[in-house]
Amino acid sequence: MAELNLVQAINLALAQEMERDDRVMILGEDVGLNGGVFRVTDGLQKRFGEDRVVDTPLAESGILGTSIGLAINGMRPVPEIQFEGFLGPAYDQIVHHAGRMRTRTRGAVTVPMTVRVPVGGGIHAPELHSDSPEAIYSHHVGLKVVMPSTPYDAKGLLLAAIRDPDPVMFFEPKRVYRSYKEEVPEDDYTVEIGKAKIVSEGDDVTVITWGATVFQALAALDELPEDVSVELIDMRTIYPMDEDTIVESVMKTGRCVIAHEAARTAGMGAEIATILQEKCFLHLEAPVQRVTGFDTVMPYYKLENHYLPEAPRIKEAIEQVLAY
Amino acid sequence: MPRKVAYKTQIEHLQILDENGKLDAKLAKEQGKHLLSDEQVQQSYEHMTICRQYDEVAFKLQRSGRMGTFPQNKGQEAVAIGSALAARKGQDWLVSAYRENAALFMHGLPMHYVLTYWMGDERGSKIPEGVKITPLSVPIGTHMLHATGIAWAAKIRKEDSVALTYFGDGATSEGDFHEAANFAGVLKVPCIFICQNNSWAISVPREKQTASETFAQKALAYGMPTIQVDGNDLFAMYAATRQAHERARKGEGPSFIEAVTYRLADHTTADDASRYRDPKDLDAWKAKDPLIRLRKYLESKDLWTDEQQEALEAKAKAIVQEVVKTAEEMPKPDITDIFDYTFEELPESLRVQRDTMRTTSLGQDPEQAGLGARAAH
Repeated sequence: MAELNLVQAINLALAQEMERDDRVMILGEDVGLNGGVFRVTDGLQKRFGEDRVVDTPLAESGILGTSIGLAINGMRPVPEIQFEGFLGPAYDQIVHHAGRMRTRTRGAVTVPMTVRVPVGGGIHAPELHSDSPEAIYSHHVGLKVVMPSTPYDAKGLLLAAIRDPDPVMFFEPKRVYRSYKEEVPEDDYTVEIGKAKIVSEGDDVTVITWGATVFQALAALDELPEDVSVELIDMRTIYPMDEDTIVESVMKTGRCVIAHEAARTAGMGAEIATILQEKCFLHLEAPVQRVTGFDTVMPYYKLENHYLPEAPRIKEAIEQVLAY
Repeated sequence: MPRKVAYKTQIEHLQILDENGKLDAKLAKEQGKHLLSDEQVQQSYEHMTICRQYDEVAFKLQRSGRMGTFPQNKGQEAVAIGSALAARKGQDWLVSAYRENAALFMHGLPMHYVLTYWMGDERGSKIPEGVKITPLSVPIGTHMLHATGIAWAAKIRKEDSVALTYFGDGATSEGDFHEAANFAGVLKVPCIFICQNNSWAISVPREKQTASETFAQKALAYGMPTIQVDGNDLFAMYAATRQAHERARKGEGPSFIEAVTYRLADHTTADDASRYRDPKDLDAWKAKDPLIRLRKYLESKDLWTDEQQEALEAKAKAIVQEVVKTAEEMPKPDITDIFDYTFEELPESLRVQRDTMRTTSLGQDPEQAGLGARAAH
């Protein structure tokens, strides 16, 4: 079993699934010869040919709109959008066509596609290259929204996403792309979409997060006194949300901190806090605390770490809910 | 370096059947075996008459409160029928906007589906198995990309299938039109772009839509053969689509057809074209009605009589009456229908919303909300 980073794990998943299912194809800008701007699709065009790993014209709505057509007519497209900031032009296709097609045709026409998009900050990228759009696409119906934080989960979730009969937004935290390695099996395995992972068990406070922030939370935990017992949950799937795992945990701990990179207002933290309020109100020992990006433009990179929910902010929030 | 011409071309305009129902003998001969047979023309005329009746009845249904907004196809029947005649039912794909009912019916969509849809019931979009169409598309211009993608999949899978996509003159101003045409050109997919230039995008006239002299020339930018045809001429529409179809099947890529026609009705039943349209303009186009032209043609060949016309009108009424009955008698969908197709498998939170919406009106599990017998804590 090899130690792989996120990029390598996703590459492995794509290669294995293309080998297994000849309906699977990759399309996007620079995904072919160049292997993608982050090299996630490196070597795949050479291996599978130009018909299955396609460098398309530079047009995001075009990539997603044709993917919908490809999916309708029997393919399993895995389009790549280079950065989440470029999802804008394709928004109409995702939201008004891909997400609605199954419902509006009462199951007669479906769109099984997986949209891969690097998301989030922390890599000193230019403007419009560091946002976190998971709440936007979770709010729209008919889409599944997945964001793995580790190579093992990324491979298993991507295989599950490609095999899923519905459209999946597969968000890859680019900050983790090469920063973390773990053993990733060669075997064919999937990680179920809609299931959270308990990263560490604990009794005093639940920390709920996903994507690159999982690693910030782990760093925060390292800074806490040894007698503080934290249950850390990596959501992995943003929609549909694994309510059982978070509710059960907060019932046990009575305290909760939610951390995410996206702006605070109408972010997924608000949704989770409401679910906890509805389902375990009388178990709460302290108000649910959110550590999020601010309701500002994601700043250019000299200030980005102040915007992101870094470890010290998460640590402070944990201390506050414990002291309440 | 001397100046030289980098690119030069011209746009052809095709009309085979003139406004008096007279066939151009030379052009007809050129079509050879591809010329529409008398039987095909008769059947098309019948189909167009039935669809015209459908339009008129749909308009009345809306006005009498029995149906929601409806976009009429009146005046544009030759575009739909002429092109659909060149497509193979069950094999080629029709990717339409929302004004091409006549083509969809020819391609196998039962006529009550479209009424069901405009009566506010999404089961009207549930395409029956084996009918190769996509549902009506309300956002302007976005569906052409689906046609390109469908044609692309056909090419990859080596299927003998062509995608025909319909859109209006207004749609050519949308970015997705250009992306769809560009992708289709670059990828050389078997797709036929059919622009129904009906002179209006709701109230905005063609002159305010584009500075191009033709819509057909826009396709030149994407490297595809293009032609302007008289869209009220069934023969020209069939010939142009047939040619594009052959090209697509030979692997020669996409084609573009600008069908010059006119929207004789309002944009939809929610529109009032008298606010912006010159009645003289309308009268001039009424004289070019594709149905009148076709009837004149059939009469000139002694293929049509007043008795046949009378019988057809009665038949059209009876068919449409039956279609309306079928649509109106459909039982109201169950409210859980809105949930059941969101995903192939319903996520837990949606299942709760579905199963509890009647009992709590909140779409929330009563127990989980702390309102049930076994409240939390």
